[in-house]
Amino acid sequence: MRYVLRRLGFFVLTLWACLTINFVLPRLMPGNPAIAMMAKYKGKLNGTALKALEIAFGVDSKASAVHQYFSYLGDTFTGHFGTSLTFFPEQVSKVVFSALPWTIGLVGVTTVLAFAAGTLIGIGSAWRRNGAFDSLLPPFFVIVGAFPYFFLAMLVLLLFAVTLHWLPQGFGYSDTDSIRLSWHFIGDVLRHAVLPGLTILVTSVGGWVLTMRNNMISVLAEDYVRMARAKGLSPARIMFNYAGRNAVLPNLTGFAMSLGFVVSGAILVEYVFDYPGVGYMLLQAVENEDYALMQTLFLFITVAVLVAVLIMDFVTIVLDPRTRAQA
Amino acid sequence: MTATVAEHRLSLAGAVWQRVRAGAFGRLIGAVISNRKATSGLVILLVFCFLAAFPGLVAHDKPNAEIYQPSLGPSSAHLLGTTAYGQDLFAQLIYSTRQSLFIAVVAGGLATLLSVIIGVTSAYLGGLADGVLSLVTDVFLVLPAFPLVVVIAAYSKNGGDGILIAVLVVTGWSYGARQLRAQALSLRNRDFLVAARLRGERRWRVIVSEILPTMTSLIVAIFLGTTIYSVITAAGLQFVGLGNPETLSWGTMLYWAQNNEALQAGSPLWAVMPGVCIAMLGAGFALLQYAFDEVSNPALRPVRRQRR
Amino acid sequence: MTAVLSVQDLSVDYLGQGGAARAVDGVSFDLGHGEFLAVVGESGCGKSTLLFAIACLLSPPAELAGGQVMFRGNNMVAMNDKQLRALRWRSLSVVMQSAMNALNPVTTVGAQFKDAMKAHGERDKEKIRQRSEEVLRMVGIDPVHLGSYPHQLSGGMRQRAMIAMALLFSPELILMDEPTSALDVVAQRSLMVQVKQLQAQFGFAVIFVTHDMSLVSHFSDRVLVMYAGQVVESQATRPLFEAPLHPYTQGLLEAFPSVRGPKAPLEGIPGAPPDLSRLPVGCNFSPRCRKVMPACREVEPSLYSVGQGEVRCLIYAPSGSQAGREPENVGPAGTEAVRA
Repeated sequence: MRYVLRRLGFFVLTLWACLTINFVLPRLMPGNPAIAMMAKYKGKLNGTALKALEIAFGVDSKASAVHQYFSYLGDTFTGHFGTSLTFFPEQVSKVVFSALPWTIGLVGVTTVLAFAAGTLIGIGSAWRRNGAFDSLLPPFFVIVGAFPYFFLAMLVLLLFAVTLHWLPQGFGYSDTDSIRLSWHFIGDVLRHAVLPGLTILVTSVGGWVLTMRNNMISVLAEDYVRMARAKGLSPARIMFNYAGRNAVLPNLTGFAMSLGFVVSGAILVEYVFDYPGVGYMLLQAVENEDYALMQTLFLFITVAVLVAVLIMDFVTIVLDPRTRAQA
Repeated sequence: MTATVAEHRLSLAGAVWQRVRAGAFGRLIGAVISNRKATSGLVILLVFCFLAAFPGLVAHDKPNAEIYQPSLGPSSAHLLGTTAYGQDLFAQLIYSTRQSLFIAVVAGGLATLLSVIIGVTSAYLGGLADGVLSLVTDVFLVLPAFPLVVVIAAYSKNGGDGILIAVLVVTGWSYGARQLRAQALSLRNRDFLVAARLRGERRWRVIVSEILPTMTSLIVAIFLGTTIYSVITAAGLQFVGLGNPETLSWGTMLYWAQNNEALQAGSPLWAVMPGVCIAMLGAGFALLQYAFDEVSNPALRPVRRQRR
Repeated sequence: MTAVLSVQDLSVDYLGQGGAARAVDGVSFDLGHGEFLAVVGESGCGKSTLLFAIACLLSPPAELAGGQVMFRGNNMVAMNDKQLRALRWRSLSVVMQSAMNALNPVTTVGAQFKDAMKAHGERDKEKIRQRSEEVLRMVGIDPVHLGSYPHQLSGGMRQRAMIAMALLFSPELILMDEPTSALDVVAQRSLMVQVKQLQAQFGFAVIFVTHDMSLVSHFSDRVLVMYAGQVVESQATRPLFEAPLHPYTQGLLEAFPSVRGPKAPLEGIPGAPPDLSRLPVGCNFSPRCRKVMPACREVEPSLYSVGQGEVRCLIYAPSGSQAGREPENVGPAGTEAVRA
């Protein structure tokens, strides 16, 4: 129980850090960049909306910094993120929530697939040490894993979309369709998701394969694996129940750290494919100096990462009884 | 007479080489040479270093000169063709090596330095200081790096390479710090350190002369990893236009290529080649890092059948 | 009496960068039903390797280099994986040194018992549970601990749980690799007493590997003393402790002070065990032996019968057959260079 509380506390702390960064950064930069942005808003917004933005970015505001800080926090917790410049006059919250499902769908599914596939391949690779499998696989994945995500995205785009015309060149769905729940639409969405998804899958699976393989090799040398052999258990059982279950544990904690890479890769992949997720929106916001949208997207990306980390923590508790003892 | 002097010199050189090989550094070199992955990684990196130092030897054109016909395909005059602005692509590619390599290594080095300072101090000080530092490390670890990088870069648009490096360091140190702290903690109570404390050595001296040498292999591995991170992230930032687009590096080449829709417009090399270089630089470091893992942990080496 | 286990000329090599090191060199012995055999020696003498070789549980870089292991009339060395698995645990089980490392940390004790039973065809849940509880009771552990994880049990309990697991199928032979090393003295003795009790009750044979000679002196029937991969003395326990024959055994026994009796200066054995990839010419023990003779540095002794046991020492060689005697074994490539 204490473990759970500690993790939740960490969650809150990181969130607070994120918000504080959002607050402090524009004020830190020489010649507060928000001032230029505000000029664009001046003619379009008035009243409370304008005031809220002023407070959030510390422009022209008569209030003290501390007062601004707490107002900003208050606004955030009540969901007032401001108005988006890029999609004026849409509310930032609306933009963010329309983009979130696309990214969660794409990144969520591919990451889980990559983890599962990487884990299985890693187990298999460590089991058969003598084969060509083990000599070729690790260097291959090391090299592919060093590829920048977006590079692979561009190659894939070039090959499958531009040259072969097998799959669409971008966007989440065809322009001609509108969003509705039908098989045709879903099929369309999936077709548009194949290339970006494939890119993320291929670049991230390598990392899992390598770490899983290394973990398995250490675990296979352990006494309890030898004991399992002594008991006459089948190789499959030893591989999964004894070795695999123990080898995957460090990976689960490592998942949190790898999410950073996955997120960065996803942002760039979305950019290359014009895929309407939060990453794409973030870069759009940057281009348009739409700081309100940018900050909020940063916040939500952080939240998503933290939630994923928490989920992994709970999975670890379920799988490793020793953490339960610490709890 | 000269013959024997030469012989003498050769045998002296041989003896020195033997002594070097016997020392720790020599053993490391030996391990690197005997490992195929390490050698290939090292070769790749050396080639890039050479290109960065002497780009003029390989490329004959000035990279920024917009004097040629735009969007030409590859030919004997232009090995890779020209960009949409009439610049020779091959020259651009070669001259960009310097910037990309420089940013990666400097950012990687500084971030590693920061990791070492924070990680080791945190472990050594213990108590509240340790608690606070590791909390800070964990928070930075979880905060998604690339969005943070984008946000910072967005506010400081066109701030130049200094900002780029600073941003990479700020987001890249936490991973190494965590690992170093863990190792430093495990070393902290080892006997040879207790002996140093009993001898009355001052704390910082103990850290520098006793703890750090033992941690060298981990530090090198972290340096390699952080450099890879820097290579990829810097490229990503420059690609979306958040680096200084006027500088000459692979990432900015990709930016211009993307802006001119090189892929779709039929000059795919402009988009592909810089990416290949980035990937190869990253791969060079990655191979070296992987081989390093194998050197420090023999259990990971591929099992070869022993010939009796 | 037919032996339950007959080891014949068993050898194990460790393959390394510089060639092979022979960890076990031509070990042979017979084990009778219900016999308690102790294998003792210094760290690195090859006793654990011997145990794993017998159980066919070697892993790279260790490799079987020759010999046979006849168990119930079948040569285990020649069996394939499937045949071995049928034999494992039903007839031959293993107890390892550290139960904390030998038990899967993420599954309960009961689940690990179940694993073993299901692997050998037992499907009935009720029967599995009953047998599991039964074996736990045999070693004095409350059956409620079937639901416990290994880290929740104390060291002594874990070790006994391992022994309980080894008894699941009432095997004929149990191999124990230093099962008491991780325990305190009191727990050690209690464990040994328990093992002897179970042995009396169920009649299984035991091969007990340890570096602690005093521990086995009360419990074993026969002792095998190993040095540098070879058996140097093999005797019934009492005769060995009362009149050790090999200089090494004598040195070992003299290193233990007696609680009673007059104060005597402790003698150790000078030097250190040899590098197995660079064994000395002649007798392996000659560099450290108090009773070394010139012939010892040239001739490799084989096992000579003395009374009921055997000794590998030239002192006991039948007279007239020492000088000019060919070395018994042709060593592997690495050792040839040294012997040449």
